[in-house]
Amino acid sequence: MTDSFTQLTPELRRRHRAEFRFQWAGRLAILIAIGFLVVMVSSIAVLGVGALQQTHIKLNVFLDPAQIDTNSLKEADYGRLVKSALKARFPDVSKRRDRRKLYGLISSEAAFTLREKVVQDPSLVGKTLKLWVIASDDVDMLIKGHVSSGAAGGEHRISDMEMRWIDEFRKSGDIETRFNSRFFWSGDSREPELAGIMSALMGSVFSLLVCFALSFPVGIMAAIYLEEFAPKNRWNDLIEVNINNLAAVPSIVFGLLGLAVFLNTFGLPRSSPLVGGMVLALMTLPTIIIASRAALRAVPPSIREAALGIGASPIQSTFHHVAPLALPGMLTGAIIGMARALGETAPLLMIGMVAFIVDVPTSFVEPATALPVQIFLWADSPERAFLEKTSAAIIVLLVFLVLMNIAAIVIRRKFENRF
Amino acid sequence: MSTPELKQQVYAENHAEAQAIHPIISARNVSVFYGENKALNDLSLDVPANQVTSLIGPSGCGKTTFLRCLNRMNDLIDICRVEGEILVADQDIYDPAVDVVTLRAHVGMVFQKANPFPKSIFENVAYGLRIHGLTNSKSELEGRVEHSLKRAGLWAEVSDRLDHSGTGLSGGQQQRLCIARTIAVEPRVILMDETCSALDPIATAKIEELMDELREKFTIIIVTHSMHQAARVSQHTAFFHMGELVEHGRTEQIFTSPRDKRTESYITGRIG
Repeated sequence: MTDSFTQLTPELRRRHRAEFRFQWAGRLAILIAIGFLVVMVSSIAVLGVGALQQTHIKLNVFLDPAQIDTNSLKEADYGRLVKSALKARFPDVSKRRDRRKLYGLISSEAAFTLREKVVQDPSLVGKTLKLWVIASDDVDMLIKGHVSSGAAGGEHRISDMEMRWIDEFRKSGDIETRFNSRFFWSGDSREPELAGIMSALMGSVFSLLVCFALSFPVGIMAAIYLEEFAPKNRWNDLIEVNINNLAAVPSIVFGLLGLAVFLNTFGLPRSSPLVGGMVLALMTLPTIIIASRAALRAVPPSIREAALGIGASPIQSTFHHVAPLALPGMLTGAIIGMARALGETAPLLMIGMVAFIVDVPTSFVEPATALPVQIFLWADSPERAFLEKTSAAIIVLLVFLVLMNIAAIVIRRKFENRF
Repeated sequence: MSTPELKQQVYAENHAEAQAIHPIISARNVSVFYGENKALNDLSLDVPANQVTSLIGPSGCGKTTFLRCLNRMNDLIDICRVEGEILVADQDIYDPAVDVVTLRAHVGMVFQKANPFPKSIFENVAYGLRIHGLTNSKSELEGRVEHSLKRAGLWAEVSDRLDHSGTGLSGGQQQRLCIARTIAVEPRVILMDETCSALDPIATAKIEELMDELREKFTIIIVTHSMHQAARVSQHTAFFHMGELVEHGRTEQIFTSPRDKRTESYITGRIG
């Protein structure tokens, strides 16, 4: 030993070094984790941000009164009107094959857009309407610079002729990209330029509502019973072991169970968020029970004694004092379970929520799909334009997840802050 | 004189004395087991009403076990088993027909560690009144909360912040809040399990004063490790050792002329 406080012995130096090393190892680990996160999120964001924009082309459509019967505005052939507008723009295209290519520049949706305009305002008939219509996905990709054009050779989906047309639109300022609100408000489509996330989003929302409504009350009640009331014996241990095992069961097994029991035995509607939510609830239940039991165990026994000591019944002690204190922990468990349910694909495939859904579901029993399944479907599609849709859908999923977590934190704070 | 005979004689004397003051609690041949372990062995004790009785003895001697038998808090421990008979106000509390909730309303308990609910000071005291339906109106409730806090000597310190959290008080205040909570439901007996062991001398003095005032209305049984405290606050003292009730009598007698050698050794500090 030395007499001075400032003199370091070798032993002391070794301890300081060990501490220093440990601190930096920890910092490095966090740095690596953040690095991966940044790389992942930014790569998805870079790919997906394009989906927020959609290329539109301006057409001067002459609403020929000869083609539109004012008594049945809806039945007129608006597709033909759009095609005539294109033909009028490029009168030199005469070959049948080339014409079809010309028509292919714009999305098939254009006819419906036009019809809606005319039905809304019948006085337009007989006039020339300046209409911005959605360009086809190939044009969209070209404008966004994702596909090479022209003479470079090899594989390219845009021919020189199409390139010329597009350049002409460009020169006259008749082609531009606009905010793609369609992506958020419409359902799935075979055409990438028309595909939207809404049907999958609503499917996920409905499924999660069912999942939460089933698994949260059941899970919490089960946890409270097992932790506070059930006798601590071999049966209780056996149940605990089984619940822990269930939490580790691969999710596809729950999907098979749902298929066999909910669909085949009970005949519930296939592909519906109701069944999806029920399957997800089965999967989430063990997570919620385990987290809730841990939260209940963390409540100091002195609280129970205090309540029982002044003559509260076990039910009163549990529901007035113990459960409120454990609630934040229970909510955390529920949110972890729900987050897992939100990202789950496999069990939903088994019960048919992998269907191609164009209509946005409005109830629990309509066919629907879910966000992760939609991502899976789009990722599987050959069109180049679905790549950015896939990334954008992933962003939507992540935003949904973050919102759920924020909601959980807010609710937690609210309960914790009571005292 | 052999031990059983001595026990008999001591019991008879104390019994006569306690009878004169009217015992509110009578334990007859009580044995308590934790699984295979015998924690209390064939104990008989009368506790006189409106007096302070201290249970003293070295750690693990069974005094807390006995205390927890008196309001059946031992029911919470699955492996605990009680034999014999405990009468509170002439009713056998281990009778299957007895409602534990009602019993605990009559035999309140204050614990070693202050355990206020994480709610407001007012709610802490009002909770017992609410669950037992003891008040009919809000003003009556407020009146009884105030009365209880006054009796616990806490009113002056907290009257302006009844809506603050009970856990924000100091240790001594928390313990007095727990006492207020217990006396609010008007029990007959208050059990105090080393209530002052975590408190400083000033807070302890306050609670000891309180005990002296409270015994006019309530019977108080305390478990304490402080011989000075037992001598200061209690009229009766029972000495436990290794799961046996060794000696029981008036406090002056136990501290000045103990009959048993073990009692003498303990109070003079040779065992324990």
